[in-house]
Amino acid sequence: MTTLQTSETPPPPVETPKPRGRGRGRGGRSDVKVLSSLAHIALLVWAIIVLAPILWTFLSSFKSVEEIFSSPWTLPAQLRWDNFERAWTTAHVGRYLLNSILVVSLSTFGTMLLGSMAAYVLARYKFWFNRPIYFLFVSGLAFPVFLALVPLFFVVKNLGLLNSYTGLILVYIAYSLPFTIFFLSAFFKTLPNTVAEAAIMDGAGHVRLFFQVMMPMARSGLVSITIFNIIGQWAQYQLPVVLMSGNRDKWVITQGIADISVNAGFEADWGGLFAALTLAILPMILVYAVLQRQIQAGLTSGAVK
Amino acid sequence: MRHGKYPFIIGFLAAPVALYAIFVVAPVIQAFQLSFTQWRGFAAPKWIGVDNYRTMFEDDKFWKALQHHAILLICLPLITIAISLFFAFLLNVGGRSRAGVMTGIWGSKFYRVVFFLPQVLAVAIIAVLFQTVYRPNETGLIDGVLMKLGLDPIFFLVDPNIALWSILGVLVWQAVGFYVVLFSAGMSSIPTDIYEAAAIDGATKFTLFFRITLPLLWNTLQVAWVYLGIAAFDCFALVNVLSIGNDGGPDGATTVLAVEIYRNMQTSKYGYASALGVALFFLTITFAALTLRVSRRENVEYS
Repeated sequence: MTTLQTSETPPPPVETPKPRGRGRGRGGRSDVKVLSSLAHIALLVWAIIVLAPILWTFLSSFKSVEEIFSSPWTLPAQLRWDNFERAWTTAHVGRYLLNSILVVSLSTFGTMLLGSMAAYVLARYKFWFNRPIYFLFVSGLAFPVFLALVPLFFVVKNLGLLNSYTGLILVYIAYSLPFTIFFLSAFFKTLPNTVAEAAIMDGAGHVRLFFQVMMPMARSGLVSITIFNIIGQWAQYQLPVVLMSGNRDKWVITQGIADISVNAGFEADWGGLFAALTLAILPMILVYAVLQRQIQAGLTSGAVK
Repeated sequence: MRHGKYPFIIGFLAAPVALYAIFVVAPVIQAFQLSFTQWRGFAAPKWIGVDNYRTMFEDDKFWKALQHHAILLICLPLITIAISLFFAFLLNVGGRSRAGVMTGIWGSKFYRVVFFLPQVLAVAIIAVLFQTVYRPNETGLIDGVLMKLGLDPIFFLVDPNIALWSILGVLVWQAVGFYVVLFSAGMSSIPTDIYEAAAIDGATKFTLFFRITLPLLWNTLQVAWVYLGIAAFDCFALVNVLSIGNDGGPDGATTVLAVEIYRNMQTSKYGYASALGVALFFLTITFAALTLRVSRRENVEYS
């Protein structure tokens, strides 16, 4: 977008006259103008629809309950940081955020390590059980988590992993493997053979070849899927609700916020709820602001191949 | 190099396959078995044949859930795709043509970033956000404004007639940005000389859209339809957080299969919950297969 041109400024003289077809009537220009301003209005309206609830939440997070009731749309009279204090400590948002960070960083790391190992072997080595295992993984894309939810609960329970980080992390990894392997094995297939052969000539073993040659070459694909997994696992709600409900201290942010919203109704602490929501939303927006290109590419990588 | 190949393969596959077998494959198989049993979690599951499925077909909530899935399945893709296509088109070829070259509209980069933003937020958190947006008193974002204007508040989540539509609104709100980006990627891979040639022939923006963009984007649209359809079969977090009573209320007006499964799990009806899970699986897979089949078309190749 280098052309900053408002509708009033005349088109620069360098512009060659636009070739016009015979089918075009008079007044085509003004038509375009009307259309383009309508387009701007439509886009602006949607941008407001997207941003309004979020900005309104940020605004309300500094208000007292009376203010929220009496003047929902004005700026807060003073910045009430105590809302955030209550949300962070009394409502345990700080704890939930740290839990989420712990769980998601370990589970995404595990997913990427195990997923890329499996994808690499399945993509570049011939052995008789290659296809069966590949299809076993990929068929996992067709199973909704809710199909297996009851037995999964008992599997985790019987392993003694209910209400534990370990259990949740292992389950996250297992359910992220199908897509990770599906995507990465396609990616590893596209990597050139010549580099691998050269490395083998230089005496690299299979393991070194993978970690020191193939992984760096697959960097762009790995980044996309890492982002995809981080955002997916961060947003996970039904698995923690089912597997972690017994231990409040280990709750992740999604289930914590959902619980606060139920309780806020009873305690009428709307300021605290808005502060809690802000604390949950703001980190994601900051990360998105910095990495928006990579995040857009990562999240859509499943659909654009 | 052949030397040591199998130990390496097995070493690399063992951990992922084991995890996957324990936490995904085994539960999936057990889900099918459990769906034919009565089980409350203590004594061994009792085989009762297709009784769970018979109960399911007589279960009012099951049919309500199916009805809601049908509504979501039609409306969510239609509305989302229509809005996103419109915006993607504006952002990519909506600008004036300069020297015959189509450009995006002014500020298109900003809009794309903003529209996509809801994607990075967790659905459960979006649900809480919209609980405050929809709250039917002065503190609600929408009703607060309506009441200031002296109008009656709308009971978004309380009125059974509009509760499901309110939830659909949240789904659309979140999804549009993703598909704007997806369609934009598809549109930018359409060579601009096709547009230029058509523009020289006097095609209007409408013609460009319907005769060029839409047909060349068919594969992406198909993917979008499948994704949105699958999303319409989930909706757990939204309904669980937003609905009155957190169980698909008011009175089952927003319930979906995932919520029914969770509800039955909590009352320890594990066999029945599994049968609902199996139903959900077959519905999802049938939908995906049907969509891909019905919408199959000749691929257009352009180089």
